[in-house]
Amino acid sequence: MPDMVTLPHSSLSGKPQQRQFNPYSENGGTILAISGADFSVIAGDTRQSEGYSIQTRYAPKVFRLTDNAVLAVNGFAADGNMFVKQVRQRLEWYRHAHAKDMPLRAIARLIQTMLYARRFFPYYVYNILGGIEEDGSGAVYSFDPVGSYERESCRAAGAAQSLVQPFLDNQIYFKNQVPRPGHPHPQHLSLETVIQLVIDSFTSATERHIEVGDGLEMFVVLAKGSPLHGLENFDGVQEMTVTNEGERIFVVRRNLKRD
Amino acid sequence: MDHFPTNWGRPRNDAFDAYGTYPISQRPYNGPTTDAFSDGIQHTQQPIVTGTSVLAIKYKDGIMMAADNLASYGSLARFKDIQRLHPVGNNTVIGAGGDMSDFQYIQALLDQLMIEEFTEQDGHSLGPSEIHEYLSHVMYSRRSKMDPLWNSLIVGGFKDEKRFLSYVDLLGTTYSASTLATGYGSYIAQPLLRKAVEGNEDVLTEDEAVKILEQSMKVLFYRDARSLNKYQIAKITADGVSVSESRSVETHWSFAEGIRGYGAQTQ
Amino acid sequence: MLTASVYSNPGFDFSNLTRNNFLSEKGLPLPKATSTGTTIVGCVFEDGIILGADTRATEGPIVADKNCEKIHYITESIRCCGAGTAADTEFVTNLISSNMEMHALTHGRKPRVVTAMTMLKQYLFRHQGHVGAALVLGGVDATGPNLFTIAPHGSTDKLPYVTMGSGSLAAMAVFESNWQANMSRAAALQLVKDAISAGIFNDLGSGSNVDACIITVNHTEMLRNVEMPNERVQKERTYVFPKGTTAWKKEDIKKLVLSEEVTPIGVEAMDTD
Repeated sequence: MPDMVTLPHSSLSGKPQQRQFNPYSENGGTILAISGADFSVIAGDTRQSEGYSIQTRYAPKVFRLTDNAVLAVNGFAADGNMFVKQVRQRLEWYRHAHAKDMPLRAIARLIQTMLYARRFFPYYVYNILGGIEEDGSGAVYSFDPVGSYERESCRAAGAAQSLVQPFLDNQIYFKNQVPRPGHPHPQHLSLETVIQLVIDSFTSATERHIEVGDGLEMFVVLAKGSPLHGLENFDGVQEMTVTNEGERIFVVRRNLKRD
Repeated sequence: MDHFPTNWGRPRNDAFDAYGTYPISQRPYNGPTTDAFSDGIQHTQQPIVTGTSVLAIKYKDGIMMAADNLASYGSLARFKDIQRLHPVGNNTVIGAGGDMSDFQYIQALLDQLMIEEFTEQDGHSLGPSEIHEYLSHVMYSRRSKMDPLWNSLIVGGFKDEKRFLSYVDLLGTTYSASTLATGYGSYIAQPLLRKAVEGNEDVLTEDEAVKILEQSMKVLFYRDARSLNKYQIAKITADGVSVSESRSVETHWSFAEGIRGYGAQTQ
Repeated sequence: MLTASVYSNPGFDFSNLTRNNFLSEKGLPLPKATSTGTTIVGCVFEDGIILGADTRATEGPIVADKNCEKIHYITESIRCCGAGTAADTEFVTNLISSNMEMHALTHGRKPRVVTAMTMLKQYLFRHQGHVGAALVLGGVDATGPNLFTIAPHGSTDKLPYVTMGSGSLAAMAVFESNWQANMSRAAALQLVKDAISAGIFNDLGSGSNVDACIITVNHTEMLRNVEMPNERVQKERTYVFPKGTTAWKKEDIKKLVLSEEVTPIGVEAMDTD
């Protein structure tokens, strides 16, 4: 049974061993976020698995928190869902107290303290927060399970992190790529390029990692007043925000292989 | 030494207050903070009397669920008339695999909850999604206390024209899908259910849904050694909840009649 | 009188087991073998046997091979599906295939499926489960169609329909719902495809394509990739790097073509007239 672990008793070998309850599980899947000059893309696959079984082909791992913040959670699903629920509650309290949404960098710090509060019984969850900063720039924050965090422009986490991150390093940071004379690497990637890279990351991870697949859910956060950057041309785009006054959030869904 | 003056000059045996000076409950206690049994408080347990798979599918009119009537004691088929599908209110059924005493505790918890909600008389009643949310919090908080309720639960329901089907287990893990199965059912029956139901949720009739579950329960009876060919089917539709009488399916065991032995033997 | 310092206990030598356990405790585990989380099946039909397999090979959660062959050749009319440690299934089927050929040459007649089964189970039992091969063996011989499973410890099973590997429960569920005695070739092939597909789509250890092998009295048909439900999709971008993308620190050009000047001395030119 997957829920039991056997504790080795160094001095009691031969005696019956106690089977202890393991409060954690690992539910597979991968998440990833990339930020641009005035946008941010946060994506995750939708498969939830345990061991060799698919629990469901559609379990969201990416959640809209506010109109300018999206959180992706990956690891132990029960911890992840419970954590998102609590972050949302804290953001609602903030809204009631201050009559505005919490800024992105504040949400990042909030998540750090919430994770560290459980330092000795951690949420077994890798978080990636994406959105738009107060200065209008796209931002990505990535966290470890106990709250260490960093602002980056791209990050992959979860089951296929080791497959996707090197690809991103090469294609986003242009690692191991020497620019041709007179053709320097671009300062900022276009939204279209970023979305294509995200889709390719997930189709590739699906090919080579057994826990990745079924569906891709990709959130795009656009800065206030930003043009659509060709987003309207993508198949199955759906807007999640009601007004186009402030930041806007779109979601793009794609099918992935189901084997 | 006990430095608290009100305890001075008292009998060693605290349970016996020979002078009746203080109610025992109010007297400050300054002895050791644990008793002889505190080491024996066992949070983590293991399932004792267990139920096996629960199956559930979405169909045209609502949700249909199935679970057999067996509660096993290890490999002993201990109780053969246990109902593992439990209606909660008028729109919800929960089905349970795992420890049956924990399940009965959950039933009591939910029945109490429904009574509390009823006595509010505020025109609201808990639907399947609220019950699932409640259960997921109960299960998650018990796992966080390292004292889990050792069950896999499926919550099925129909309320406000909407089907609801979701899962929660001893870890607090939750998920929904148009077909769900717990225990061995997730390995054996789930492939059959997915093939029959995925994409047909809005087309399947009640008869077809019953056939799919009957077939799956039969295969489970063939291959799950902790199952029983005596099971119930619950349906939750706009008309409310109904749990069938116990039933069984016809089985065939003559598939290997011409075969002798397990190897080179021929006769 | 001194005796030889080398004393060999009768039976197996398990002294390395203690050493290996000690080493893995010290954080030096044995290298992990490619294990094929797998769905393999076999099924009897009116004219013979159909074997089936998926084509995914895994190393932990990573897909090592997206289109490997798990139906191995034993003899012309005996084939064997392998699950478990990839190298073990490969070597054990090769070895038995070779021994079966020798057996056939020695006795001058077509070897039987039970012979292969007995050789395999004795070999696996001798190695006490350390050769991690879980097999489905099927074929047609003088006694008719034969179908077996062989577990890594050497136990065997004889049944009209069998499954093995991590997807065995998914595949068996399909057999238990739809198998019938004396099925036609087409119906049996469809059943095998459905059983493997159940494994491919419900078991993470199985995936990619369906292989099948139909064995009848005088013909064996290997249907490689008979179903391909998981073709790779087109990528959104092309990843071609312009020339000069890779950095270099030193340029060193070597002439690989050797030239040699030959001066003929005192040899007359060949008479080509």
